[in-house]
Amino acid sequence: MATTYEAIATVTVGSGGAANMEFTSIPQTYTDLVIKASTRTNYGTQADACILQFNSNSSSYSMIRLQGSGSAASSNSNTTNIRAVTDEDNATANTFGSWEAYVPNYTLSNNKSVSLDSVMENNATAAEQNLVAGLWSNTAAITSIKLLPLNGTAFKQYSTATLYGIKNS
Amino acid sequence: MPATYEPIATTTLGSSASSVTFSSIPGTYTDLILVVNGTSTATNGNEMQFNGDTGNNYSFTLLYGTGSAAVSSRNSNISFAYAGRTNTNQSVSITQIMNYANTTTYKTVLTRASSNGDIVMGNVSTWRSTSAITSLVYAGATFNSGTVFTLYGIKAA
Repeated sequence: MATTYEAIATVTVGSGGAANMEFTSIPQTYTDLVIKASTRTNYGTQADACILQFNSNSSSYSMIRLQGSGSAASSNSNTTNIRAVTDEDNATANTFGSWEAYVPNYTLSNNKSVSLDSVMENNATAAEQNLVAGLWSNTAAITSIKLLPLNGTAFKQYSTATLYGIKNS
Repeated sequence: MPATYEPIATTTLGSSASSVTFSSIPGTYTDLILVVNGTSTATNGNEMQFNGDTGNNYSFTLLYGTGSAAVSSRNSNISFAYAGRTNTNQSVSITQIMNYANTTTYKTVLTRASSNGDIVMGNVSTWRSTSAITSLVYAGATFNSGTVFTLYGIKAA
């Protein structure tokens, strides 16, 4: 049987950092998309986040988040973006946030749901785990995905993201 | 490299339905993954039953966020595994069933549900049976036309 879970592309940030990481010209031949990423931004104050942006569209996003801090659980929501928690420059050296996003039926003319799990670890003082229910209220097929720092201006060197495609037949 | 992640069956609803059945599930994989993406006529927890077992042989523990509170709850003896949640907004639930074909252990079910505009949830269920899973029914809501149900099999080797 043919392979149904395939790597489409990988982006790795080089020295000097990058303002974003982007997958373009995403083939429309899969059923679902998965992004697995390891990211760190240049923000230097507190935990940062990585925003997912589809088709270079910056509107019509919402999410509900369940957070664990190591000492408490909480939940919040927003109507501005879908994002993964990630490490930033204030975190322990060489630590990166890890996250995975699942985007089912990205070619169909429905609004796009996203299942996103992410963690960041500051080895000295703090950690955070997030479960996110995300929605992009747009019926366009997803043809590109851009990853952007929420607070920082760039991703640090060695940040990496891989886009996978899954076929259901 | 041999394929280790394979689609077993897909159902896309052409009209609303209260359940979807996957039968004659081959026992040749190690784990199963069911991806449900779509909407339902109301906000409902979704239920999964195996091999036609409707007895109180299931348990589940839920952890979810409502957007304002983190909540956990549990049911120890109930007639279904909790396998996601749907509402009128486009939502996705991903359920993993580990070692579904073995005949020596009870079956553990992990679900990650993104019920948009409603809750985000992770939950675990157990089916207290040592039978190999050969069929499953996904129900608990009136699923709207266009909702997609895909069952995948994963091989360990």
